[in-house]
Amino acid sequence: MRVSGEVATAPAVVASEGESPFRQLVADFCESRLAVMGLVIFMAVAAVAILAPLVSPQNPYDLRQLNVLDGKQPPGSRAMAGFRYWLGSDDQGRDILSGIFYGLRISLGVGVLSALIALGIGILAGLTAAYFGGLPDSLIMRVVDIQLSFPAILIALILLAVLGQGVDKIIVALVTVQWAYYTRTVRGAALVERHKEYIEAAHCLALGRWRILFRHLLPNCFPPVIVVVTVQVAHAIALEATLSFLGIGLPITAPSLGLLIANGFQYLLSGTYWISFFPGIALLIAIVAINLVGDQLRDILNPRLQK
Amino acid sequence: MSETPTLAVEDLRTWFFTKLGVAKAVDGVSFTVRRGQVLALVGESGCGKTVTGFSIMGLVDPPGRIVGGRILFRGDDLVSLPDERMRQLRGARIAMIFQDPMMTLNPVLSIETQMVEAVLAHAGAKRSEARRRACQALSMVGIPCPEERLQAYPHQFSGGMRQRVAIAIALLHRPDLIIADEPTTALDVTIQSQILFEAQRLCRELGTGLIWITHDLSVVAGLAEEVCVMYAGRIVEQGRVDEVLDRPRHPYTRGLLGSVPSRNVRGQPLTQIPGMTPSLLSLPEGCAFRLRCPRADDRCLEPPELIVGVDGHAVRCFHPHAGDAGT
Amino acid sequence: MTVFLIRRLLQSLLVLFVMSLIVFAGVYAIGNPVDILISPEADQAERERAIRALGLDLPLHQQYLVFLRKAVTGNLGESFVYNESALGLILKRMPATLELALAAMAFAVVLGIPLGIWAGLFPDAPSSRTIMAGSILGFSLPTFWVGLMLIMIFAVMLGWLPSIGRGQTGTVLGITSSFFTVDGLRHLVLPAFNLALFRIALIIRLTRAGVRETLLQDFVKYARAKGLRERRVIFVHVLKNILIPVVTVLGLELGGVIAFAVVTETIFAWPGMGKLLVDSFNHLDRPVIVAYLLLMVSMFIAINFLVDVLYSVLDPRVRLVTRAT
Repeated sequence: MRVSGEVATAPAVVASEGESPFRQLVADFCESRLAVMGLVIFMAVAAVAILAPLVSPQNPYDLRQLNVLDGKQPPGSRAMAGFRYWLGSDDQGRDILSGIFYGLRISLGVGVLSALIALGIGILAGLTAAYFGGLPDSLIMRVVDIQLSFPAILIALILLAVLGQGVDKIIVALVTVQWAYYTRTVRGAALVERHKEYIEAAHCLALGRWRILFRHLLPNCFPPVIVVVTVQVAHAIALEATLSFLGIGLPITAPSLGLLIANGFQYLLSGTYWISFFPGIALLIAIVAINLVGDQLRDILNPRLQK
Repeated sequence: MSETPTLAVEDLRTWFFTKLGVAKAVDGVSFTVRRGQVLALVGESGCGKTVTGFSIMGLVDPPGRIVGGRILFRGDDLVSLPDERMRQLRGARIAMIFQDPMMTLNPVLSIETQMVEAVLAHAGAKRSEARRRACQALSMVGIPCPEERLQAYPHQFSGGMRQRVAIAIALLHRPDLIIADEPTTALDVTIQSQILFEAQRLCRELGTGLIWITHDLSVVAGLAEEVCVMYAGRIVEQGRVDEVLDRPRHPYTRGLLGSVPSRNVRGQPLTQIPGMTPSLLSLPEGCAFRLRCPRADDRCLEPPELIVGVDGHAVRCFHPHAGDAGT
Repeated sequence: MTVFLIRRLLQSLLVLFVMSLIVFAGVYAIGNPVDILISPEADQAERERAIRALGLDLPLHQQYLVFLRKAVTGNLGESFVYNESALGLILKRMPATLELALAAMAFAVVLGIPLGIWAGLFPDAPSSRTIMAGSILGFSLPTFWVGLMLIMIFAVMLGWLPSIGRGQTGTVLGITSSFFTVDGLRHLVLPAFNLALFRIALIIRLTRAGVRETLLQDFVKYARAKGLRERRVIFVHVLKNILIPVVTVLGLELGGVIAFAVVTETIFAWPGMGKLLVDSFNHLDRPVIVAYLLLMVSMFIAINFLVDVLYSVLDPRVRLVTRAT
């Protein structure tokens, strides 16, 4: 029996008189100021990432805008082109702040995209395993169990060694690392829901199998899945940053925050800390915000703590 | 009544302060238990009988707390007792048996560990001595080969055996009072009667007072001397067992008795009490039973008091039944 | 229990077999084995000789058998960079990594469990809230960033601890390790703590959740009803219940720690297997990569198997039920 720290069963979201479960969820969520703060921060980060070209003082990847003489300027100093290096510049004269905005785009983009793809696969696999049972269930869960017993980084390393580098390959690696969690969570929730009365009722009404699966079973499995999604997105972002930092991740043409941090590593010991430090903080903020949200969701949706 | 009763509960109130409101789980409950006496506390689930038991033991978990009343155990008020003194009483002078022995015995510790620790918590004995006493207690409740059984784990026993172990643990220090909370509900009928018999025997021989909490009236008849019927946190009828069961006065008690299968005529539909137990957070105004009672009228919008009649037969109702048991 | 163990053993061997197939397929079928196993600096004649020597001109399934045979005997190719046996190279570096891993696990247990118990017993106290906030940070912060910060703060700014490299080693009872010298320990502290941080956070959260859930169980109330001292209720009844899942998670995490050492070793220039791997990726020293992956996979499977054994020993329900069947 393996124990994970995650919720694997569907909860009974207790609604007070007259309120929809969703409203109750929102109300419970807002009880933690930290979680609300996390949500707000994350939305700000996402907004910045999406609007990067519009809000950055400089496009750090447009070589025409760079001036090497502006390199390694401390935070707050002025560039020769007139704008301020709010967070300093790196050795090539690239504005750290702009680098962070563009980097967030890539980091978040890769993280969220891989999570969504993995989620799709997980939903299909999990529902299939739970609904059809028997051989498909055993097979799928065997694969899931085996994969989950290996650490994510090892799996990513294996895949990257075999496939080589590139944005699409990183996404494949991230998806492979995550799909097992989603599958297990969806299957767990679906197994609980499957035996509930409303599914029997749907059967009695002779509704088609797929319809039952997707329109009735799936929506009720969402609560634990939401928790897992938030946690996994944070992990995916962190993993991608780690791989990029090690030089095994995204290529230089798609500079995520991990790569920025790696660039600045060599200057760390000599005092030019800002090249690594600020991208690191940005990464941190994004991940911590997501985790705060996920944490609160997990607490309020955990059935075993509702007594 | 020349001697002090073992237990005298006076106007006990235990309320739960939740986000959704205050649930008055126990709201003004009073009764006494004398030496060697068996008192039954009867009612549906949620009526407050278990919380009463926990209140006496001092084991009410937050958000609940005792907000009023006294619990006099051999003269001392347990409500105002300091924690350490209460701990010394628990298990030694007042013991409790829970409903489901699978959940009350720790699954990862052996029976021996759990019995020996119960002995050592109150007597400064050596382990070997504690072990001997544990063996003795097990044979007293009729478990064969106690030395071997001690090494076992809870899941290796059947339900009936586990409950016997719980009884043995309760008896280790010859307590003056045992509170048994639905101890036979999770067991099948044959085991049930065995355990009832054992309980009675032990009370006679050791002079232990026993509070038997149950929702099953059929158990009460052969076992208890006094009975209190609870509804929504209050005692609605109280008195000697033969009195209350033969001449029930409160409509709720009548309803409970009427729904017992053995009392119904064969082939006729079972009588039921209409409606459902109200949630403690939204009790009806006045008498809590009002909405389900065939005899209710506007008078019942006022909360009725508990009125003690002849022979100590008390009832909390404006329209109690007169005398004989109806069908 | 023996039946259970044999079944698990067979399962493990099966997984090992499948993983070796995957690695083989990755190297020989998908990738270009010639590029992967033969140094790019070899000229045409050397290449042809190497192809024949490595059996790359044989059909695929025969190549797999050759691969298996060589793997079992420990021959996983030669490193391009060092001209030594790839496996030998890795094994030489393994003690350093294991040392790091052990120190990290020690941190995790010594810090994680007590803090988790405290947070579980007093969930609303300010100290507990701080611990939980800290655990969220420990959980979310990417390990490499924490490493950078640790170096910056403790080595550069405060100068308390050395920043990179492994310290002096001492030998006790034939085992050479940094644990045995003060200098060695000083060098070990930062990287071990870095590696441990994620696990500490995990253990804190797990322990806290376990304590909170267990406290709600009936047997805790019953233990109090027996009049046991609160200390015993917590440290015997509650603790034993939560230790079982915590220990299994710790066991599983051991593998994760060894794998994640890759990052820590890179930052702190710790001469272990992980650093070797990253260097190999950068130098395209593929035989070493393949050897590392195979070794790690085998180690993983072995660890999982041992954890299963440990679990069945610790939980009497599993142990005794399977004996009865």
